[in-house]
Amino acid sequence: MPLAVELDGVSFAYLPGQPVLGDVSLEIETGEFVAIAGPNGGGKTTLLRLVLGLERPNAGRVRLFGDAPDRFRERPKLGYLAQRAQLGVQAPATVLEVVTAGRAALRPVGRLTAEDREAIEAAIERVGLSALAKRPLTRLSGGQQQRAFIAKALAPEPKLLALDEPTAGVDVAAQEALAELLARLHDELNVTILYVSHEFGAIEHVVERLVLVRERIVFDGPPSSLPGVWHDPSHVHV
Amino acid sequence: MFEFEFMRLAFAAGAIVGVLAPVVGFFLVQRQMSLIGDGIGHVAFAGVALGYLIGISPVWTALVAAVAGAVVIEWLRAHRKAAGDQALALVFYTGIAGGVVLISAAGALNANLFSYLFGSILTVSRSDLVTIAILGVAALALVAVFLRALLAVTLDEEGAQVAGLPVPVLNGLVSMLAALTIGISMRIVGVLLIAALMVLPVIAAQRVAWSLRSTIGLSMLVGLASALAGLTTSYYANLPPGGTIVLVATALFLLAATVETVRSRV
Repeated sequence: MPLAVELDGVSFAYLPGQPVLGDVSLEIETGEFVAIAGPNGGGKTTLLRLVLGLERPNAGRVRLFGDAPDRFRERPKLGYLAQRAQLGVQAPATVLEVVTAGRAALRPVGRLTAEDREAIEAAIERVGLSALAKRPLTRLSGGQQQRAFIAKALAPEPKLLALDEPTAGVDVAAQEALAELLARLHDELNVTILYVSHEFGAIEHVVERLVLVRERIVFDGPPSSLPGVWHDPSHVHV
Repeated sequence: MFEFEFMRLAFAAGAIVGVLAPVVGFFLVQRQMSLIGDGIGHVAFAGVALGYLIGISPVWTALVAAVAGAVVIEWLRAHRKAAGDQALALVFYTGIAGGVVLISAAGALNANLFSYLFGSILTVSRSDLVTIAILGVAALALVAVFLRALLAVTLDEEGAQVAGLPVPVLNGLVSMLAALTIGISMRIVGVLLIAALMVLPVIAAQRVAWSLRSTIGLSMLVGLASALAGLTTSYYANLPPGGTIVLVATALFLLAATVETVRSRV
């Protein structure tokens, strides 16, 4: 089975002379649950965008399930929750409509099949929003909205679930509930999860592996082996 | 009033335009590009002027100019050559300036030109209606076929890109549909006011709607009601139809805003 994610000597800069990532190498096995953390501006979101093919490296090589990300044939099977995920619309989109959109790349035209509907219902049920499926997101709490976006990412029954700052703007209780939800999804679905966040306190007890990024990878291992000083928010991770 | 053929033709064309314009406008409003219709409309005005100058039917030159304007706006936006509003401003002002220069060169500053700018219930011919019906039904069919993909891009453009949906193609399709709508609507509403019929029914509908699909459905109803009530008023009060239709749409928006306010207090 190919690696889920492979970065080999990857460097990237948005502007010349201002590297965001330098000579980064990383391998993530299929089915791993990995938190990618680091300070703001450290390159963790860029790393995820490179993996997803939203950016191209200046040097090095990125592989997603063995293929270049932009040539990966199963892109509809990528579940993605963007940073500061919010509705791109002002109209009242319901939970069901948002989650159905997550299936659109698999079924862009034609009627949804029974299989599609089951996958959509299952995704909504997994995040505990079945009773609110027909409610507009604007009438849900921040935590509930976040779960709706995760259901959207689950709708295509993804091979890879990529979450960028999924706890931004939600309270501590919702962050802990999200961590438990992701742990359960990982156990039940055996999906590869990449969880990107500037802090990892809420997630470190459920992930198998923690990768700290500050232009380079400065820590890679189980959270339990992380030196105590790294848990200090004031630590600069160098 | 239906004893006159021109009114029957105007009503049939108005019904198609009233339904189509908000459907296309829905995607523009949600992408916060409500004024793109205005930008394309002004380029269509330059197309009308070009038609007069070179002696071709202004309907077709306006349609071609509208499509060209839509392509330019979408290209500038997609390639980040200019922010959305700047791309719009560039096309908007170039269109109106080009139109004024061309119309002056053609010596066509006359009442007939005004029918293209503000609409006229007297100008819809049978062949116009056939064109409007064919293009209108084709545009609605395209939206129906690609609705799920269009909604996915509208809700989350980056997520759709990650999932492999052809985002530039779908965004281009919306711009093309906007250009097409403007091209076929100008005989009824006029190139300077058609954008209002694309936007006002949508922002009225989303005040009272309960889902994306209900927003689209209600905006079609508001657009249809605006077109038919506006044409009726226009006939009896001898007013320009474009302005009358848009004012009815404005009144329906105010009604929807009132309903929303009352409902939120109950």
